[in-house]
Amino acid sequence: MYAQMVKSEAADDSPEAISFQARIDAGEKIEPKDWMPAGYRKTLIRQIGQHAHSEIVGQLPEGNWITRAPTLERKAILLAKVQDEAGHGLYLYCAAETLGVSRDDLTEMLLDGRMKYSSIFNYPTLTWADMGAVGWLVDGAAIMNQVPLQRTSYGPYSRAMIRVCKEESFHQRKGFDIMRKMSNGTPAQKRMAQDALNRFWEPSLMMFGPSDKDSVHSAQSMAWKIKMNTNDELRQKFVDQTVPQADYLGLTVPDETLKWNDEKGGYDFAEPDWAEFYEVLKGNGPCNRERLAARNKAWDDGAWVRDGLSAYGQKRAARKVAAQ
Amino acid sequence: MSSVGNEYPQSKVETPKRSEWPLWEVFIRGQHGMNHRHVGSLHAVDAEMAIKNARDVYTRRNEGVSIWVVEAHHIAASSPSDKGPFYEPAESKIYRHPTFFDIPDDVGAM
Repeated sequence: MYAQMVKSEAADDSPEAISFQARIDAGEKIEPKDWMPAGYRKTLIRQIGQHAHSEIVGQLPEGNWITRAPTLERKAILLAKVQDEAGHGLYLYCAAETLGVSRDDLTEMLLDGRMKYSSIFNYPTLTWADMGAVGWLVDGAAIMNQVPLQRTSYGPYSRAMIRVCKEESFHQRKGFDIMRKMSNGTPAQKRMAQDALNRFWEPSLMMFGPSDKDSVHSAQSMAWKIKMNTNDELRQKFVDQTVPQADYLGLTVPDETLKWNDEKGGYDFAEPDWAEFYEVLKGNGPCNRERLAARNKAWDDGAWVRDGLSAYGQKRAARKVAAQ
Repeated sequence: MSSVGNEYPQSKVETPKRSEWPLWEVFIRGQHGMNHRHVGSLHAVDAEMAIKNARDVYTRRNEGVSIWVVEAHHIAASSPSDKGPFYEPAESKIYRHPTFFDIPDDVGAM
């Protein structure tokens, strides 16, 4: 889940809000010009904004390995994957902008820390096997969340999710392919693959956020269909899907309590360390400072390019007016 | 990914904030013989840059053979509050649909 702990605003009980809810219940899509409760708009801006920021910051852990990919083909593929993440960020920023927030405002809120991005991107990518684990687990967890969001009530968000999902499955397969290669490689490569799984397993489970089955905020977001499943549902689905894949790779999921539960038709598994999760959200993860510093540097270093292009655009527009 | 419209949140048009580039709506013809379809939006300083950006953002997997871009504020749109009355003339004329007429089975396909 790329959006974590998004605080939901309360609904109101005005006649407009009641007919708005009826539209959602009937499966209608809400479009930018339609009336919507202020809380719906605010919550969506937070959620889509955080989702967009996650795509953008999510380029950093993988960008780290572009220059060190083991072959030219792997490098080209990784580059394409990272470029996709930039694209996903742009689809999502566009969707957020239809709600009346400006791109610059969103960027500013990311850069000064007022808005968050997913906790997962605050973990380092130490070896090439991490490129496998990120694609397989992190993109796998993202898909779990994004597939149901294709049916979300807000039209522009839903359409962005449809595009994202079309492209995301390449990412997961690419990651699994790296894991497969390394799991079947030399003992040292297999150790690297296992080590990557060990380090990314819990942070991947954290991506879905803490249990929210009793959360009032979550219930409101679900009524508005901007959240389609509880965090626990999605986490369970992710574990059930991923464990057999780890078995196939011959890798061990780092959870001694992991056990198939016939009764519920799913695995029992250990909760990740939520204290660590909250620390990462607070800004104290292994790479929080590095990630935000990198985004700030990119924004500051790019200022002259943005200004130069703006000046060029204005000059061309002025010339066009003069010619008419 | 925006839906177009005259109430489109154009915060930048009325109050140019810092130096945000104009917003462009992007339309792509997916295959020869098909209509251009709205796919989303992006920011660019001019049309040329908007088309190049649209290529990078919306056609990374051969999704298009032709791109249109138009600055969002040039688009006029019907108002959502008109939804009922505006389309009413069509709703009451169900005889415009072929299924309105019964054709006996003996007549065959028509």
